[in-house]
Amino acid sequence: MREVAVIGIGMTKWGELWEKSLRDIYVETALKAIDDSGVDHIDSMYIGSMSPGIFVGQEHIASLLADYLGYPHIPSTRVETACASGGLAMRLGLMEVASGMNDIVLVSGVEKMTDVGGDEATYALGTAADQEYECYHGVTFPGLYALIAVAHMHKYGTTRKQLAEVAVKNHKNGSKNPIAQFQFEVTVDDVLNSVKIADPLRILDCSPITDGSAAAIICPVEMARKMNKPVIKVIGSGHATDAIAISQRKDMTWLESTYRAAQSAYKMADKKPSDIDVFEAHDCFTIAELCVMEALGIVDKGKSGEAVEGGRTAVDGDIPVNPSGGLKSKGHPVGATGIAQIVEIVKQLRGEAEERQVEGARIGLTQNMGGSGASSVVHIFERE
Amino acid sequence: MSTPSRYWREIPQRYRLEANMCEKCGKKFFPPRLVCPECGNRDLKKTKIAEKGEIISYTIIRVPPTQFKDQAPYAIGVVKLDDGVQIMGQIVDCDFEDLEVGKRVKIEFRKIYKVGHSGILCYGYKFVPDL
Repeated sequence: MREVAVIGIGMTKWGELWEKSLRDIYVETALKAIDDSGVDHIDSMYIGSMSPGIFVGQEHIASLLADYLGYPHIPSTRVETACASGGLAMRLGLMEVASGMNDIVLVSGVEKMTDVGGDEATYALGTAADQEYECYHGVTFPGLYALIAVAHMHKYGTTRKQLAEVAVKNHKNGSKNPIAQFQFEVTVDDVLNSVKIADPLRILDCSPITDGSAAAIICPVEMARKMNKPVIKVIGSGHATDAIAISQRKDMTWLESTYRAAQSAYKMADKKPSDIDVFEAHDCFTIAELCVMEALGIVDKGKSGEAVEGGRTAVDGDIPVNPSGGLKSKGHPVGATGIAQIVEIVKQLRGEAEERQVEGARIGLTQNMGGSGASSVVHIFERE
Repeated sequence: MSTPSRYWREIPQRYRLEANMCEKCGKKFFPPRLVCPECGNRDLKKTKIAEKGEIISYTIIRVPPTQFKDQAPYAIGVVKLDDGVQIMGQIVDCDFEDLEVGKRVKIEFRKIYKVGHSGILCYGYKFVPDL
């Protein structure tokens, strides 16, 4: 297998982008990534996108977007594994470059979520859960994570305030991220007094509905070394699944897919959790970030709440999680999220994260998750 | 909107609580499966799930999907039945303040929702307190 590096990243401001179509949002970020990398062409492209068929009534977007990007004849592949679609696009692109099949590959993600109303967006997101045995009974995505939260609180004594601290920390980070959807801070009281969605989760525990895209260019390390910029190597990749219905899992508080994906990535990279300087984790809900920290092995089972409360996961803490602002503040255009995590880690490792910079970060990890944890993709990056 | 066949084919599970069981490792599955994920055995025997159990987690849905608009807020729980099978369903006839992990509940046959003005009525199981 050839070693692979990220040589270009591209993102534009996320949010409710009424004036922009799915194809415009996508092409803008993909062009930025191509420009950032300095390459004069791409050989192939992967697009993570969960549900364009429901959100904008458009399937077959791989060809559509290749055409509008100005590459109408290259191999273009859409990848779907719910909210982990972006992470999986990266993994497949990595395989293509590592195998020697192609040299310069665009890995990307996009979701245009505000062309439908709230009810239809809720429905679209719900398709990532078990339609016949979860959604049939009226559960929603906040509801699924609320069930995980109640189980976690019951088993480990995790508190309502500790959940709020995740949102407070991520909004603080996001307030310093110029592409974030919500660039403002919130307090614990703001979270605890926000409107109830699915007890105990409130609106400020939830990531928003977002339009957005993110893109990266990858190539063999040998080629990256000839370019005039830091070489950010992809040193680990892991992907795993779990039962789609949370009731079918032995322990609802434990994200087995994340654990397994992380173990594969650590093994491939020959690293352990304590070697990682900065993490981007899938905080679709506040409770998710806590469960992910435990499954990644950053903290012991049941100890995530106190780690966040104690400031350990802040940008200047010993285990910084989501310096970008996470899904909570940066936004969550579902298919794009996994690539946006990679964009942030590359910025961190290049030392380009400005006010959010984790000092001296050299190794970073991304964890992207689908549904209520039925799929996870983990990548580890190292600055050469 | 789906054709009624999608609803109809789930009736054995939703109305009669039909499950199946691995003859080799003894594990029970609801909904029924074609292959045991524990041991790979494909020789599965038809059975039924227990009708009582205890809540292992719960939530109150305040912002519901469209077809549940007229029911919100409502409680949903994951229940561990006495035979070890875990299932999700609404918890009804129970005040929200009485919901707790460990609470005993039993299955009752109830209407789940209706499909629009002229669509079919969808039935299935819900949980009520086991007094």
